[in-house]
Amino acid sequence: MDALKRYFRSPAAVIGLILLLLVIAMAISAGFLYPRDPLALAGRPLVWPFSNPRFLLGTDNSGRDIAAQIFYGARISLLIGGVATVIAILIGILVGAFAGYYGGWVDNVLMRITEAFQTLPNFVLLLVLVAVFGSTLTTVTIAVGVVSWPAPARLTRAEFLSLRNREFVQAGKTLGMKDVQLILGEILPNALPPVIVYASVVMAVAILLESALAFLRLSDPNVASWGNLIGLGRDVLRVQWYVSAIPGIAILVTVLAVSLVGQGLNDALNPRLKSR
Amino acid sequence: MRILSLAGRRLAASIPTLFLILIGVFLLLQLAPGDTVDALMAQMGGGDAATAQQLRKLYGLDLSVPAQLGNYLWHLVRLDLGFSSIYGKPVATVILERLPPTILLMTASLSFAFFFGLVFGVIASRGVNRWPDTLISTLGLIFYATPSFWFGLMAIVVFSVYLQWLPPGGFEDIGTVQTGIWRVLDIAAHLVLPTLTLGLIFLAIYLRIMRASMLEVLNLDFVRTARAKGLDETHVITRHVLRNALLPMVTLIGLQAGTMLGGSVVVESVFSLPGLGRLAYESVVQRDLNTLLGIVFVSALLVIAVNFVVDLLYARLDPRIAAEG
Repeated sequence: MDALKRYFRSPAAVIGLILLLLVIAMAISAGFLYPRDPLALAGRPLVWPFSNPRFLLGTDNSGRDIAAQIFYGARISLLIGGVATVIAILIGILVGAFAGYYGGWVDNVLMRITEAFQTLPNFVLLLVLVAVFGSTLTTVTIAVGVVSWPAPARLTRAEFLSLRNREFVQAGKTLGMKDVQLILGEILPNALPPVIVYASVVMAVAILLESALAFLRLSDPNVASWGNLIGLGRDVLRVQWYVSAIPGIAILVTVLAVSLVGQGLNDALNPRLKSR
Repeated sequence: MRILSLAGRRLAASIPTLFLILIGVFLLLQLAPGDTVDALMAQMGGGDAATAQQLRKLYGLDLSVPAQLGNYLWHLVRLDLGFSSIYGKPVATVILERLPPTILLMTASLSFAFFFGLVFGVIASRGVNRWPDTLISTLGLIFYATPSFWFGLMAIVVFSVYLQWLPPGGFEDIGTVQTGIWRVLDIAAHLVLPTLTLGLIFLAIYLRIMRASMLEVLNLDFVRTARAKGLDETHVITRHVLRNALLPMVTLIGLQAGTMLGGSVVVESVFSLPGLGRLAYESVVQRDLNTLLGIVFVSALLVIAVNFVVDLLYARLDPRIAAEG
């Protein structure tokens, strides 16, 4: 309860939460407000925003409603960002927990692999994965998750290293608990809060990665995604710059909202750090 | 000397990592649909199975996967990255041609982000929780959330299309042949927007870290001592606080080297710069897997090299590190 109160005392955190709820509301209401396929032709191409009440945000190069694509794009961004984050955090926790708990050669091997992933630029690895497995919604989501796990893994490992010799773990060992029980039941719940807070960073980066991929036309072309729309608008950038501008603002707002909420949670859960 | 051997040991430790990456990506690329020969045949406009067979034999693609991997690694030790059938040149040559723009872009962006991150971080920490700090921190948050490719496009609209101050893309003006100082100025003008675009997110990260690090160091005892012995504030900041506060910033350069290289893929595509990142994108689209693998190798090498330099810098800034090693 204290943490909740602290969260709502910070204006930045509240603004972030409002923005995030707004984006979620867009994703939910897309079906009601725009029952038609957002990628279907809707009218004349390149209608400027606010010039035709039927298309509040105008239409793109091929006459598709930009507002509808923005609303449906919120679904895609949240979906890819959310699922990729869950994948990254799960792999990260698994690797970090084993490395931190067992130490020794297990730690050595796992950290070597983590290092390899960190040495290779994650966007380059993402390109390799897309080149190999193709660019459907599922493969792109998994690929973004797979390139994002090293940082959560290191964080989890650090937490486990500091927790594994605490008294409650020793007590558990004396009671004859199995390793898996100790890792999942005893240490993990204590190690989890910073990792969960870090998930907001992972999600922000995941949304940016996917939109960059879509902008390069290497993401799924059959879904209405903000990055796709920016890439499309590039062809008409000189005059109809609004086609690229509008979805970019949507990405900016979403990433900003996720980061603000994450920072707000961090400050609320670690009040000592906030005093600075 | 001590510093060198310390950094050298870290460098040696990264060789297994490099091999791990190469073997992993090599095996991964075996799963890709279609190989170099398929891409080549498609470019030639098709051909019969016998030609394909011959070509596969020529490129050593008819061997087993472990044999191919062994071949690749053996060639790699002699700095031979194989042959790019799309460009009709050795991969090493293709990559070397594309390296200068990327290195120039990364150096410029890093300097821009580091310098302004430092300055803004110091300003924010001096007026903590007052309007300069609020303004800088808010801008930092917004920069962090801005997709770089979108910022680049909008910068083109404003500075190239409307104001016509800067060129919208390319590495240099190919219409006129320029030499000497004019060529340098021309390339510099072409790199202004890409540098800002790539550097923006790093500026946001650096200023946030610098602010936090300054606040941390400002509270330490030796700063109080420096003030107590009557040093003026500028002296305290520049001579005592800054050097210590810089350490996390330098660490960050090493950690962010890979991210920056990844970012240049997107930025080079926006500004059609003929760099390594653009090459990575092209080789994915054209299924030039040999080149892609070469790029993986070179980018990992670049990241390792940056970290080596960072280690040296780090030991120079903080003599305790070399002494402990």
